[in-house]
Parts: sequence; structure tokens; C-alpha cells
Amino acid sequence: MIAAFALLLTFQLAGEALRVALHLPVPGPVIGMGLLLVYLIARRGPSESLRTTSGNLLQNLSLMFIPAGTGVMLHGARLFDEAGPILVALVASTVLGLAATGLTLHFLTRKGKQEGSR
Amino acid sequence: MTPESMTEIWVYLSAQPLLWLTLTLAVYLLALALHRKAKGHPVINPVLVSVSILVILLLVTGTPYQRYFDGAQFVHFLLGPTTVALAVPLHAQLKRLLAMGGPLLIALVVGSLTAALSAYAIGALLGASTPTVISLAPKSVTTPIAMGVAERLGGLASLTAVFVILTGIFGAIFADGILRRLGVKDDASIGFALGLASHGIGTARAFQLSEQTGAFAALAMGLNGLFTAIALPWLLPLLAPLLR
Repeated sequence: MIAAFALLLTFQLAGEALRVALHLPVPGPVIGMGLLLVYLIARRGPSESLRTTSGNLLQNLSLMFIPAGTGVMLHGARLFDEAGPILVALVASTVLGLAATGLTLHFLTRKGKQEGSR
Repeated sequence: MTPESMTEIWVYLSAQPLLWLTLTLAVYLLALALHRKAKGHPVINPVLVSVSILVILLLVTGTPYQRYFDGAQFVHFLLGPTTVALAVPLHAQLKRLLAMGGPLLIALVVGSLTAALSAYAIGALLGASTPTVISLAPKSVTTPIAMGVAERLGGLASLTAVFVILTGIFGAIFADGILRRLGVKDDASIGFALGLASHGIGTARAFQLSEQTGAFAALAMGLNGLFTAIALPWLLPLLAPLLR
């Protein structure tokens, strides 16, 4: 478990280093995710301990957002002042984004399948 | 135990990182238990429930957020390695992801632009202030990218972080219901839409649905972060004059 955790941190570190060195606009952990994916392709899959450790962490992904989420309390005043526009814009744009993505992918892949079965 | 000694213990413990770290984990476990009791109902979202309880606790005890974060930062830190760990389910679904490469990229561009530009346009048309609407635009992507993009365009990074969290919670609660109502029922489309519109919190919800759904969400979260970071800084200045 510690070895797998050290591996994850190593890839995160490599991602951070790459971000700073190349002035990339993407955060270090996301670059680290890409690097680990390349490593897993080269290695033809994760070790048993990496699979278990990743599974345990990902099962608790919600937990990791709680400290940042609690920061909502710092913005009470502005959220209250502009509550109407903020709420409508947040909700409507998220629904539109979900629908646009889901419908596009659903339509494109369904069409592909029908052509394939012809 | 006398009230004086109780107060003394509280004064000591409330200044230690241990207290708020322990409470963060305890509140999360409670939220998970409630989530299970509600048979996984999306409204009993673990992030929403935990954040609500903690904000109430902090307000009632008069604890500043910074002191809370001194303890909770150890949990916050795990977000990095856990993001890296998303490569494992991505790898497990790699064949499927590659086979769908074209449709995924088209859905990425359509969905990402819709989510970001509609947030900006709706906010602006309803009369929200400029820093607020700029902070709204990148709200569908993962926090560090959203904060960086908002700052570069003249928004408020910490306000963006709040919008990102609220968007994530909203998506995690309502996404699968909305998509099913629209006739979108396959795990690939639901996962990809969840990750694209609601980043990591949506991805956490997607993993509750199935590992395949989670893998598509993780991919969408990464791709949308990348695409938004590159596209939004030059697209938003083009749109802004049309709405003023």
C-alpha cells in the first residue's frame, strides 16, 4: 500500500515538475494522471497493490472535496447579494452542459452502432 | 468534570489540527451512512451533507475557516494522488475509450463550450457583476484549472472555487435523473456528461453508479480541464462585448 502510494505521489511530483518546466495550463495531478496512464499502457496494467490502493482512494473521492467545499462559508455575503443570477446561471448552464454532452455522445455512438449492424 | 475544565479542554483541542481532521473524517462517515440508509439517493450527496454539517459546526463554535483548514488540509492533500489514481480505471476502459475517440472529442467541444459560455451569458444577462460572471464561466472544470482560468480573465479565484463546488454538487445530485429523462441511458454518455459538467464531484457520483461510468467521467474531467484552460482565455473576450 505504501509502495503504491509512493508511486502515485511520484507521478504527481513528475506532473508538477513538468507543469512548471513547460508552463502548462493544466494542474500537476492531471498531468500525473496522464503520465501514469502511459506507464500503465507500457506495463500492460497496474500491479495488484496499485489497483487496490487506487480503488480505496477513488471510493472515497467525495471525502477529498470536503475541506475545499467548506470554504463556501467565506463567500456568504457575495453569494447572498447576487444569489438570483448566480443560482439561475449555475443551474441552467450545468443542465445545458450535461444535456449537450450526453445527447451529443448518445446520438453519435448510437448512430455508429446502427451503421455497424447494417 | 467541571464546566471550567470542559472549556479548558475545548480551548486546547480546538486549536489543534487533530480535532478538525478527526471531525472531517467522522462527519464524512456519518454522511456515508446516511447515503447508504437513503439507498444511495443522490440528494443525500456525501459532499453536500458533510459540508453542511461542518459549516454549521464551525459557525456555532465560532471557528475561523483557516483554523479548520489547518486540520483538514491533510485530507485536502489526498486529492492530488487520488487524481493521479484515476489513470487506473481509465486504463481498464482504454479499449472502449479509444474506440469512441471521435464521438468523445466532439461531445467534449460541444459540451464544454455550452457549459462555460452559457454560464457567462446567463449571468451577464441577469445583471450579475463582471467579476462574478467571469468566475462563473469555468465552473464545470476541476478546481485548480478553474481558479487559474478565472484569475487570468479577471475573475475571483476563491469565488470560482465555490462555484466549482456548487456545480459539482448540483451535477452529482441531478445529472443521472436529467439525462435519463432525455433518453440518455448508456453508462458512457452518462459518465462523460457527469465528468464534463461536474468534474471530480460528478466523477465521484459516477463511480457510485459503476466503474465504467466512473472511467468515462474521469476522462471527461481531464479533457474538459485541458480544453477549457486552452480555449476559454481567448473565447471569452470575444463573447464579452456582445453581452454588455
